[in-house]
Amino acid sequence: MNYVIIGNSAAAVGTISGIREIDPNGKITVISDEKYHTYSRPLISYWLQGKVTDKNIYYRDPDFYEKNGVETVFGKKVTKINTENKSVVLDDGISVPYDKLMVATGSKPFVPPMNGLDKVHYHTFMSYDSVKAIRSEIKPNMKVLIIGAGLIGLKAAEALSAYNAQITVVDMADRILPSILDVRAGVMMQKHIEKQGVRFILGTSADELTEHSAKLKNGVTVDFDMLIIAVGVRPNTELVSDAGGKVERGIVTDNTQKTTIDDVYAAGDCTVSHDASSDSDKILALLPNAYMQGEVAGRNMAGRENHYVNAIPMNAIGFFGLHIITAGSYDGEEFIDETENTYKKLVFRDNTLKGYILMGDVKRAGIYTSMIKERIDLGEVDIDMLKDRPQMMMFSKERREEKLGGIFR
Amino acid sequence: MKKVYVNEDWCLACHLCEFYCAAANSGAPDMVKAFKSGKKPVPRIQVEEGSDVNFAVQCRHCDGKACVKGCITGALSIKDGVVVCDESRCVGCYTCVLSCPFGCIVIDEEGHRIQKCDLCTKNHDGEPACVQGCPNKAIVFEER
Repeated sequence: MNYVIIGNSAAAVGTISGIREIDPNGKITVISDEKYHTYSRPLISYWLQGKVTDKNIYYRDPDFYEKNGVETVFGKKVTKINTENKSVVLDDGISVPYDKLMVATGSKPFVPPMNGLDKVHYHTFMSYDSVKAIRSEIKPNMKVLIIGAGLIGLKAAEALSAYNAQITVVDMADRILPSILDVRAGVMMQKHIEKQGVRFILGTSADELTEHSAKLKNGVTVDFDMLIIAVGVRPNTELVSDAGGKVERGIVTDNTQKTTIDDVYAAGDCTVSHDASSDSDKILALLPNAYMQGEVAGRNMAGRENHYVNAIPMNAIGFFGLHIITAGSYDGEEFIDETENTYKKLVFRDNTLKGYILMGDVKRAGIYTSMIKERIDLGEVDIDMLKDRPQMMMFSKERREEKLGGIFR
Repeated sequence: MKKVYVNEDWCLACHLCEFYCAAANSGAPDMVKAFKSGKKPVPRIQVEEGSDVNFAVQCRHCDGKACVKGCITGALSIKDGVVVCDESRCVGCYTCVLSCPFGCIVIDEEGHRIQKCDLCTKNHDGEPACVQGCPNKAIVFEER
């Protein structure tokens, strides 16, 4: 069997792992337009911050490809999937045949149209090269304007604070991290980040950019030495749509991760996932999701049918030492417990836990995650214990013995 | 594969397993030195206390391995069935804490990283420290 993987991040590595579980000998070729050994994309902010070295940004050991019998084609971009003769075409014209193809093309930074942007030097925050470019230009006390107060923009702010940069973050939304936090948690995190010297200007956007300043729609002008645009990402779907595959907000797959094209699979941030907590289709651009989709796809590509189910939105992230873990969906009856430094929100619907937000104290959060994924009926748990903190004690003795490994003999 | 199991009917919530675990993983030669070293040793086993039942929990080295699959850095991996953490590669994002269905990934607040049970494979041969130290034989190391 001849496997070709387009992309070289978590979904690709998951695919390799899935294939090799079943097929130790088939040929695997990884094609990436980046020239690096597989590296961890979420680590780029840590690298810029100086917390992760060049050596540790890599996602797998140096001998990963060799150990897994993988051939690599780096620095080449796939321009076309040719479904008729089952091959992919590279930007140098070379054609690479496949029996089974994985499209793990991820996403690209979304840069919205802004007046004057074409005359301004700016950065995005998405790849190793993008943070290398920032690293080569950043100087202490520089004025940095970050457009976007989401996960990427705020990770960029945290990293650049290590350079004593004077950071301003602008976002069209009236609160930070709207994709993972509610209003109250967002305000708490905003205050925490402001204490580190980061300035927020929310509820507005750039009206006009000039070389070193941005005039905002609310009338405020922000001067900058460096501009970073981090408003979001868009999935790389063109290869599949051009080849006739179904694409909605992302590449559409079934739960074996197969696209609508025969022998073509897709995984990771370029795909649409099914969120089991809200029973709706959405893009779940999360590293664990990418890896596990890839793994399932790899097994199917190698001939063992299996299915990717129970995906939910989930995030673990911290800013300036304040940690957040969130999962699930937030439509339902709420339980909120708040102290000066911590915030907990649990959301219940259909007699199950559907979502949670933990900030400040995130210990053992995965017990809550498993309750969402397994749709455990609240009748089976001690609700007071559940609300108090994540603990195995809240389950019945039988359920606990089942979970923790069998009855003692 | 041999794993650590806990009989909750026999656990007295004495927390000695936590002490033995923390000491064994501190690198110090004995428990006194471990707790006097300045850095607070972190146990990777946690006792849950209830009104009429107590038990210790630690990594199940389970089949799902959600922590390893979700690890953003590659710090978590599987060696001979045991989930191990290369702490030099952990950045303390806590994606594994989010993922572990048993709540068995422990946060090392001082170190800004995680710690987890590796069945004492890095410490010594034979039974893990928690098993050796349990005065009531409520914690066992066996094949099931």
